[in-house]
Amino acid sequence: MAALELMRRRELIHAFLGAAAWSACQKGGGAERPQVPGALVDRAFEWGHALRGAAPLPRAQALEPVDVVVVGAGAAGLSAAWRLAGAGVRSLRVLEVDEGPGGTARSGRNAVSAFPWGAHYLPAPTREGGPVMRLLSGMGLVTGVDDAGRPRFAEQALVREPDERLFYRGTWYDGLYLRAGASGEDLRQLQRFEQAMDALSKARDGQGRKAFDVPLERGSDDAEWTALDRLSMEEWLHQEGYTSPRLRWLVDYACRDDFGADAAAVSAYAGIWYFAARHGEGTGSDGYLTWPEGNGRLVAELQRALGPGQLATRALVHAVEPVDGGVAVHAVEAGTERPAGYLARRVVLAVPRFVAARVYVPWRQAPPAFLPAFQYTPWAVANLTVSEHPGGRGVPLAWDNVLYESKSMGYVVATHQRERMVDGGPTVLTWYYPLSAPDVKAERERLLSSGYADWEALVMADLSAAHRDIGRTAERLEVMRWGHAMVRPRPGFLFGPERRAAAVPAGAVHFAHSDLGGLALFEEACHHGVRAAEEVLAGLGGRPQETWL
Amino acid sequence: MADEAAPAPELPLRRELLFLTVLVIATCGLVYELIVGTLASYLLGDSVTQFSTVIGVYLFSMGVGAWLSRFVERGLAQRFVEVELAVAFAGGVTAPLLFVSFNAGPFFRVVLYGSVLVVGALVGLEIPLLLRILKDQVRFKDLVAHVLTFDYVGALAASLLFPLVLVPKLGLVRTSLLFGLINGAVGLWSTWLLEPLLPSPGRLRLKAAGVLLLLFMGLAAADRITDYAEEGMYADEVVHASSSPYQRIVLTRGKRGFSLFLNGNLQFAAVDEYRYHEALVHPAMARAARHAHVLVLGGGDGLAVRELLRWQGVETVTLVDLDPAMTKLATEYEELAALNGHSLSDRRVRVVNADALQFLAEGDARYDVVVVDFPDPNNFSLGKLYTTRFYGLLKSRMAPDGVAVIQSTSPLMARQSFWCVEATVAAAGFWTAPYHALVPSFGEWGYVLAAPSPREVVHALPPGLRFLDAQVLSSLSDFPPDMARLPSEVNRLNNQVLVRTYEEEWRRWN
Repeated sequence: MAALELMRRRELIHAFLGAAAWSACQKGGGAERPQVPGALVDRAFEWGHALRGAAPLPRAQALEPVDVVVVGAGAAGLSAAWRLAGAGVRSLRVLEVDEGPGGTARSGRNAVSAFPWGAHYLPAPTREGGPVMRLLSGMGLVTGVDDAGRPRFAEQALVREPDERLFYRGTWYDGLYLRAGASGEDLRQLQRFEQAMDALSKARDGQGRKAFDVPLERGSDDAEWTALDRLSMEEWLHQEGYTSPRLRWLVDYACRDDFGADAAAVSAYAGIWYFAARHGEGTGSDGYLTWPEGNGRLVAELQRALGPGQLATRALVHAVEPVDGGVAVHAVEAGTERPAGYLARRVVLAVPRFVAARVYVPWRQAPPAFLPAFQYTPWAVANLTVSEHPGGRGVPLAWDNVLYESKSMGYVVATHQRERMVDGGPTVLTWYYPLSAPDVKAERERLLSSGYADWEALVMADLSAAHRDIGRTAERLEVMRWGHAMVRPRPGFLFGPERRAAAVPAGAVHFAHSDLGGLALFEEACHHGVRAAEEVLAGLGGRPQETWL
Repeated sequence: MADEAAPAPELPLRRELLFLTVLVIATCGLVYELIVGTLASYLLGDSVTQFSTVIGVYLFSMGVGAWLSRFVERGLAQRFVEVELAVAFAGGVTAPLLFVSFNAGPFFRVVLYGSVLVVGALVGLEIPLLLRILKDQVRFKDLVAHVLTFDYVGALAASLLFPLVLVPKLGLVRTSLLFGLINGAVGLWSTWLLEPLLPSPGRLRLKAAGVLLLLFMGLAAADRITDYAEEGMYADEVVHASSSPYQRIVLTRGKRGFSLFLNGNLQFAAVDEYRYHEALVHPAMARAARHAHVLVLGGGDGLAVRELLRWQGVETVTLVDLDPAMTKLATEYEELAALNGHSLSDRRVRVVNADALQFLAEGDARYDVVVVDFPDPNNFSLGKLYTTRFYGLLKSRMAPDGVAVIQSTSPLMARQSFWCVEATVAAAGFWTAPYHALVPSFGEWGYVLAAPSPREVVHALPPGLRFLDAQVLSSLSDFPPDMARLPSEVNRLNNQVLVRTYEEEWRRWN
């Protein structure tokens, strides 16, 4: 490798992963090893960028009349379609720009296993009711309700032990909190933090609403709690006297895991929500629901509600315009630019705000005021097929394998839930990397300016810190770059005016997406999809429906 | 031959000391041979065959070396020292090399006989070379007498030291390296003894130092090599050993008969396995309404099947064991097949080499009796076979009036673990009946009967049992206070409490 290229690589690994990864990479001869074959697989945002092009995209002459068009087949769009189908709406089209449905819950499959391209688990709900529980019941995953009224889930869908392990200086440890070498003060702070989160998970307001709930909408909006939204999580930790580096690492990891942003860039309300709303309810939680393809399984279940021909992929919607007799939806086929047009009575725009602002024609001239408040974290997700389960000293291979000294999120093992007696053999490792610094625009440039060779170097450098011989077992690597993977709950965003304003329908156009919930999570996407669908149902008239919310 | 035809110079060689080197060389040579023979019997089993072939190949190789010695024409002394250093190195690394290559791959026999060939040929070279070096110093009849005397005395020393001192005190790996070191030291010493004949003794000493250093490093690492090789794990003679992709299978034979080890854990000892297997099979059979279709999960040794086939009315037995190497051994290895009464060759028995979890999840046939005989839950993979998920699948494959039995570790040594299995089986919706039996090789052993609905004993035991009769059968479910029921968590895929409990409990006994 040329000296200049080597220097660039070194800077890249330093910048993305930190110094530890570079030294590990060099020890393992990483700088000179042969490249793992593979490719970047992101296509959709390339197509999406056509929306920004100067030339107007072609429009169909004749518009096909339909009752409802849902734009976007991510978790929100499919939840809307699922709700509409559940109410008997047959004249329905779902248009998706990507090659397959799912959005950030998309999944892939190869000869070894199915694997996620993004969202890969759902915390098991801790009580009955709501659309997510309805979906899970429909999948046959709810086995009953315990004495405290909490639903119980089918064991095979819950993450099996060992679930998490943490790599630190040559050894894997149990769990995500680094207990090895923790001082008495570290452990005291951890205990205090856990007790505080436990108390917050049980806190309720005067109306009996939980202080922190799923979806956010269901929780309390009392000032006592929403005041936390004005602080960053880092500021809150400081204010509460949490100084332990290990605890701060854990909280920072949580923020990057669920929100793609460092604790300094995340609202304290969101940071606490992570521990108190889904994770901390005493012994109530059944853990995580997961599948080899991650939330791709949930996507597939939602999609079952659709009839043949109702879902069109590679359909780039470029104009949604109120016209006489309804809403015109103009799309072209990605790649061929073959136009298609619909005249819908109602439209659900299940896309993030920045896309809605480009395709909803009235907003092109006058961008809505809420737009700048919505910021999105870029992520890179890589799927590495290996011929052998990676091992390591200490705790055996877990579902979630995290590197304490790396800025990556580590990797999950696609075959972890497989119902086999013997663990081992080939598998797929899904590696996650959020670009979590405060300036999302600069982060997006950093993401898109790096090509396959760069990401290959990063993934392999990161993994070889813990698995020196990973290069020997690596068979193929595919990398997805998500430009706008997650809405970012920056301080002030969750309880500011913009989020609420953005959810208000514009005539016959309704809005759904997890960004309207402020947290890029399946529960939020599902909630807002169903909410938008129920607005549509009310607008279409007909028999009043019982709400699924 | 010009070299030897010239009149030999009168050199002040210290002949007596050179004869002493013959003694050491002979001792070392025989020690290497014994190491290889022992290792071959230990790793491959069948000691008669292994020792005969190793000794045969070794002696033949010595002949090859002797024959090759005629091609050495110049610098006899120099060659002699070099050969001695080569023997020291090749012989010294023999045991570590064989252990490592046995664990590493399929070419073990090639490495085994290759090293016998190399060491034998080098040892075979030594004596002729020394004879030729000394032939002009000593009268021929004295020379032959002395050299051969020391040679055979060395052989006797080796053959006595090896079994009485070396193997018990040092083990094979250390013995091998130690004798390499002694051999190398003698090589170094002979650079002084033969100094007048050596053109560049300094370089030879450097080589000798290199060999000694390498062997010394090997000796320092001997513990780790030994750990890797699991040496000294078995008290009895190993009669069969093989490694499958799933496990290491070792069959030993001692005073009390055969024992089977999987990954170093005792599976049965012939002397009391009847107690374990009678207690495993018959209580379930006595309670099941019918015996037409029986499923055995695990139990690839065929001993549980032997007990099943005692019952009238058994039409099919399906044995599901992951490892074809195990079921093949139980079917084809005569001593083992004799012990299991050739049960796996019975026409009613079908052997399926499959993953038990997958087998339960993917099929739909139902069974009247199921025998679950897995290894203890000492890791997360095995732990999966003791979860409510597993027992739920098991229930879906049982007749409504069927009975299953689950080997459930020791209620004495791992009391909490035993009751955890019982609680887990009950949590999967089974009626349960825990019981235990004393199996001296294992200790007090536990089982859990599981049935979709409560079952009483409805059949008399078959004739020919050595341990169970009706009275004993009814006594097995009494638990004395030190094994009595403990409240327990339920083992699920998403908590695997059993693996952690089991590990803690057994740690106290090891």
